[in-house]
Amino acid sequence: MHVLVCGGTGCQASASSEIVSCFQNILADKGLQDEIQVIKTGCFGFCEKGPIVKIMPDNTFYTQVKPEDVRKIIEEHIIKGRKVTDLLYLDPENKEHVADSKHMGFYKKQLRIALRNCGFINPESIDEYISRDGYEALGKVLSEMTPQQVIDEITRSGLRGRGGAGFPTGVKWGLCAKSKADQKYAICNADEGDPGAFMDRSIMEGDPNSIIEAMAICGYAIGASQGLVYIRAEYPLAIHRLEIAIAQAREYGLLGKDILGSGFDFDIELRFGAGAFVCGEETALIHSMEGKRGEPTFKPPFPAVEGYMGKPSNVNNVETLANIPIIINKGAEWFSKYGSEKSKGTKVFALAGQINNVGLIEVPMGTPLRDIIYEIGGGIKGGRQFKAVQTGGPSGGCLTTKHLDTQIDYDSLVAAGSMMGSGGMVVMDETSCMVAIAKFYLEFTCEESCGKCTPCRIGNKRMLEILTRITEGNGTMEDLEELRNLAAVIKDTALCGLGQTAPNPVLSTLDNFWDEYVEHVVEKKCRAGVCKKLMNYVIDQEKCIGCGKCAKNCPANAISKTEYIAPGHKLPSMVINTSVCIKCGACMSGCKFDAISVK
Amino acid sequence: MAKVKSLAELKAMKDKLRSNLDLREKSNNPDSLVQIKVAMATCGIAAGAKQVMEHMMEEADKLKLSIIFTQTGCMGYCHAEPTIEVRKPGKEPVVFGHVDNAKADEILTRYVMNNELVEGIIPVNYETID
Repeated sequence: MHVLVCGGTGCQASASSEIVSCFQNILADKGLQDEIQVIKTGCFGFCEKGPIVKIMPDNTFYTQVKPEDVRKIIEEHIIKGRKVTDLLYLDPENKEHVADSKHMGFYKKQLRIALRNCGFINPESIDEYISRDGYEALGKVLSEMTPQQVIDEITRSGLRGRGGAGFPTGVKWGLCAKSKADQKYAICNADEGDPGAFMDRSIMEGDPNSIIEAMAICGYAIGASQGLVYIRAEYPLAIHRLEIAIAQAREYGLLGKDILGSGFDFDIELRFGAGAFVCGEETALIHSMEGKRGEPTFKPPFPAVEGYMGKPSNVNNVETLANIPIIINKGAEWFSKYGSEKSKGTKVFALAGQINNVGLIEVPMGTPLRDIIYEIGGGIKGGRQFKAVQTGGPSGGCLTTKHLDTQIDYDSLVAAGSMMGSGGMVVMDETSCMVAIAKFYLEFTCEESCGKCTPCRIGNKRMLEILTRITEGNGTMEDLEELRNLAAVIKDTALCGLGQTAPNPVLSTLDNFWDEYVEHVVEKKCRAGVCKKLMNYVIDQEKCIGCGKCAKNCPANAISKTEYIAPGHKLPSMVINTSVCIKCGACMSGCKFDAISVK
Repeated sequence: MAKVKSLAELKAMKDKLRSNLDLREKSNNPDSLVQIKVAMATCGIAAGAKQVMEHMMEEADKLKLSIIFTQTGCMGYCHAEPTIEVRKPGKEPVVFGHVDNAKADEILTRYVMNNELVEGIIPVNYETID
């Protein structure tokens, strides 16, 4: 028998260590220490009801266990085999106690649809993919469905583009299917570029066959015999596994001529990008594949009419495609059961930043932000306060405490001043400066701007200059006004999505953290202590004993002796020359007397 | 390799592959094998998953344990890489996180050989579709 005690950060804070030692002591008293093993585990993702104790092998799941409950669990459950009812989870719906964690699926906030095979199958074996219904959806569309039926099924499922903008996938396919041409292309956009996002890479590395199958289905629906994957060369393992999967699919005749005896031909080639952010924009992506500069062009014509090599093309994101085979297999109704009214299915997020359980997660659309941060994410690191979460990468914005109950889907994120984006989710606490965050994302878009249109090339640069001024303590209130004006013009006039959305991080932080901007401008103060130019290290003359360690640690020789000897001390105190100080903090971290502080 | 020529053939192939897997995974037969999956996406490999897998294979040989090692994709537990899943015949799979060589040895000698759980378990916190 095993006793599993949650050792996640949330449960640790509510005495799980004490619970473990209680178990060990009482079990030892009763001479059971050799038969019953007490193990501390990782986070169960149910922190709200922690600490969690699970008894194996009968899967009993006790919630909110206190150290004083341990004796009862041992005497009743472990010795007499009777479950301790009042510690079981109380189902809020029907007020019944739930014992077996197998029937507690509802506590698991995550549902893996796009990631269904990631971490389950060997991505380099097509056999394992086939054993989990792989290529059955392709077989089904080729033998039982017309292209129009496939498009209708995808449209009815409510699947929307997972690259960020959320355009209905079925509608996109329908547009391309209508275009008449001798050659069409089914293109997979694997140019994942948001800082900190790796959803698409994980899918390609964990389940490459699902992308191949989905592309073939798309090819059948739109009338394309050629598929192209545009993938960044900096994803070597994803490329390697896609290549293996393509070779194996060809061997089995699941790519190539006359697939499954249906007369349908389809094959896939890989095209490598150099990792430019703008090439995730579909027209820029197509130009890059054609061997031209990766610059966007005006739409219309849409790629569905005039795309790769001037032929009708359909571009879908990796995660969008990963949903296709399962929709065909299980039906549009099954898929649209999950999610919110206008956003169906699930979304994969790369959860990062100041959060305990950094990870790749997949949740049904409409999951409240609070659940993602406090349940799945296990709360903020170091017990600090939640400040904001950035979604949508350089095109998105920040959500704050007032948005914690926002249900995450395409429309509610836009309403809250951010966007879904491809699925980066960066959690920030009070040690993050929101002005510096806005500046970080703008630096990224300035770097990645292709330079073709003026609003993006010059407008964003001017915004970055203003933000830099503010973080260095030279900003004015007029600057804040100017930021808003520039942002509005850039949004209205930039050529492609990159430019049009680049001001979003600035606008959303201006809206949600106006006080912080004003503080930087008027008081020349950064409350998070991030903007170095606004900070000064100061030595408290009364506390300093004059040991000189700070002066030794200082790489800029900015610290010297004064002539003042504080009462009770023998040596003169030290002082920092702020004009030489580089604000590295080495003095403060070395001082044993707490004499140095940041002002 | 033979080409799959129709949907019916594909389904027959799936059934055969699946029953092979089931035999391997679900059977209560003590002779059936222990299976260890190592999460090896780029990030897992960067965290040392490859070295740990090689180390475990060598150790398993020394201990004369018959274990099937397979690589798999991302399990999603970035905060606890490298991660492995150990599936013993007739038992629920158990995921362990932060597996270095020492932890790997502990898992092999204590969990695989003696059925004792060791610290470092990550409870699976998601549902998946069948």
